[in-house]
Amino acid sequence: MFYRENGQFKSTYREDQQILGIRQDRWFIFGLIAFALLVVPYWGSDYMFRAILIPFLIVSLAAIGLNLLVGYCGQISLGHAAFMAIGAYAAYNIVVHFPGLNFIVVLVLAGLVSALVGILFGLPSLQIKGLYLGVATLAAQFFVDWVFARVKWFTNYSSSGGVSTAPVEMFGWTIDTPMEKYVFILVVVMVFTLMAKNLVRGHIGRSWMAMRDMDVAAEVIGIRPMYAKLTAFAVSAFYAGVAGAMWGFLHLGSWEPAAFSINFSLNLLFMIIIGGMGSILGSFIGAAFIVLLPLALSQALPLLNNLGLKVDTAMASHLEFMIFGALIVFFLIVEPLGIARLWAVAKEKLRLWPFPH
Amino acid sequence: MLKHLALTAASVTALTMALSAPLVSTAHAQAKEQFFPVLSYRTGAYAPNGTPFANGYVDYLKMLNARDGGVGGVKITYEECETGYATDRGVECYERLKGKGPTGAAVFHTLSTGITFALTDKSFTDKIPIITAGYGRADSVDGQVFKWNFPLGGTYWGAADMLIQHVGKKEGGVDKLKGKKIALVYHDSPYGKEPIALLQERAKMHGYELSLLPVTHPGVEQKATWLQIRQNRPDYVFLWGWGVMNGTALKEAVAVGYPRDKMYGVWWAGAEPDVRPAGDGAKGYNALTFMAPAGQGKVHQDVLKHVHDKGQGTGPKAEVGEVLYNRGLVAAMMSVEGVKRAQTKHGKKPLTGEQVQWGLENLALDQKALAALGFAGYADNISTSCVDHEGGSVAKIHTWDGNKWVVGAEQYTADQQIIKPMIKASAVKYAAEKKVAARDCAKELASK
Repeated sequence: MFYRENGQFKSTYREDQQILGIRQDRWFIFGLIAFALLVVPYWGSDYMFRAILIPFLIVSLAAIGLNLLVGYCGQISLGHAAFMAIGAYAAYNIVVHFPGLNFIVVLVLAGLVSALVGILFGLPSLQIKGLYLGVATLAAQFFVDWVFARVKWFTNYSSSGGVSTAPVEMFGWTIDTPMEKYVFILVVVMVFTLMAKNLVRGHIGRSWMAMRDMDVAAEVIGIRPMYAKLTAFAVSAFYAGVAGAMWGFLHLGSWEPAAFSINFSLNLLFMIIIGGMGSILGSFIGAAFIVLLPLALSQALPLLNNLGLKVDTAMASHLEFMIFGALIVFFLIVEPLGIARLWAVAKEKLRLWPFPH
Repeated sequence: MLKHLALTAASVTALTMALSAPLVSTAHAQAKEQFFPVLSYRTGAYAPNGTPFANGYVDYLKMLNARDGGVGGVKITYEECETGYATDRGVECYERLKGKGPTGAAVFHTLSTGITFALTDKSFTDKIPIITAGYGRADSVDGQVFKWNFPLGGTYWGAADMLIQHVGKKEGGVDKLKGKKIALVYHDSPYGKEPIALLQERAKMHGYELSLLPVTHPGVEQKATWLQIRQNRPDYVFLWGWGVMNGTALKEAVAVGYPRDKMYGVWWAGAEPDVRPAGDGAKGYNALTFMAPAGQGKVHQDVLKHVHDKGQGTGPKAEVGEVLYNRGLVAAMMSVEGVKRAQTKHGKKPLTGEQVQWGLENLALDQKALAALGFAGYADNISTSCVDHEGGSVAKIHTWDGNKWVVGAEQYTADQQIIKPMIKASAVKYAAEKKVAARDCAKELASK
């Protein structure tokens, strides 16, 4: 009843090509952005920003990056946290050696360094596919872990092997309160999301999808596999690198290589599988699922104590793992294509509601 | 499909409700309560060690509530949050607990060097002290830079220093260490890497050969490490492990035939859960003690009487008096004494983290005061100041005889002549990196 596009006619190519073709969607997204930018900063608490929104946004960006590679181009990467680590350490070293550089420049440079390494580790994809490629990308994870733990230069010879960063400054603005960090990250994530959305519906995204669906056919119609695959690796690693730099500088503040461990890589992969492969929206939903659900569970489970059940912290923690695992299985069975697909189906239904036939 | 939609909608609602819960709960009524957050880990690879510590910590708080009605007439409340030894969860727990209670969290024990590093940055704006008794950043002894960190009773630099003193003494003087080989088997994390700087500094002075053997988390895979030890045959092995890593190291030492009495653990590698898995193989293994060795004193009697005998014990009764349990008790005592000291200045009411910071910075616990608390023989003197947030660092060596820890007679004190300049240099570097303005302690004292 409320969600249908009757009477919305497109009379120009421009209108036909817009990202949000339906007016209701447009209102919803603009409303959401306005809410996130104008209302949340005044209403949110420190806990809200530091424990929920900031990790969620940064991880979403990394998930978008991984989705470009895995969901759009069909190249599996099991070591994506490694590219985040590269972004974080690159940003750290840039700041150490060129103090006073604008943080946006630092972010972009960190992303570029990560993209270069991404291309390097993407080279095996020209020869091998599928699971074999997955194993090859695992090498990135272990190699990067090893390098940052062992080569002292990267950590500026810190005695403990961990690095710590100064508050981020740019244009005379010091980003140090959680609210400021949130706003900055939100803007960065919005810009990069828009870029990703445009990439995947443009020439390059189509060539990625052609590679994903059938590489031989894609080659026959004139798509260069090397170019398509390596650009996917580069762009994906760039996103991960930017996300990693923000994770280090704006979320953790100080970190060690373990902050970007293989667990993080696997979590990113779970995010896009649960959220929806080949869907930008799916990256956000998946990130929300993986980041927020355990927190919600760990907060909600001790409430069972009020009902007379005895749930101590250890029990709650075990239960959290069990329920979380069960929910993953549940969603994969209900909708193997991800929660984003569920959302798309819901939208179809809504168009017909309340008179399906 | 509608059913699924309904399910999704329901879970989304539940989620939002759960998320908005902490917002609501901050609006507490002003009760006469002091809130102590407890970051613990009872699950994961470090649970065998994290659990007794947490039990000791919570039992002490329970005992004070039952025996004295809290601290200075202010009831103690606490809440546990499971970190699983993971830094990101630790930060989340910190954010969750820091605003609870009428005045917010009094003081945090992070119980993880990684979490300490992450929270140190936040302490400057949140103004809540962090006690890292026997762990954390060694350079945070410098209270002029690290206003909110309290590595009470010792740091890893101190611990490494004492171990070198001990093996030096065994050889008949530290100068006899020249040409000797010392291997450091360490947890490959900030925790394990902390002592390296000091060991290298001492190696330059005494001319021993230091080899560094990292073990990756969680430490169950050490075959390669011990193969190297078998080949190199170092004269001493220092073990800087935590959780399952310690037990595994001892088993591997048995497997390659490395004498256990040449092995020295830091105080986090010297508790019952570390040696028991290795069975008889652990006999002869040595480790540093921190504050309290195993055993029971007056405070344990109180805990048993007021908590365990009433069926309120957090863990099993048999655990009372174990090394890590006792360390939990001491840690809780430090928090409470900090609050108590702060009450002398600010009055017997719920205090904020900032007020407790003053208390922790002006602790003066000598043997007499500790005996009055029931900690005679189970804690060492702590006297802190604006400049020195460590408050003294002494330790003994204890040896596992197959059934229990036997404490050696010799008491060691960290050599401040070596450590002080290192702390200063590291703290200055941190202040520069983080753009932290150092305090002027002399000025602060004068203004009082």
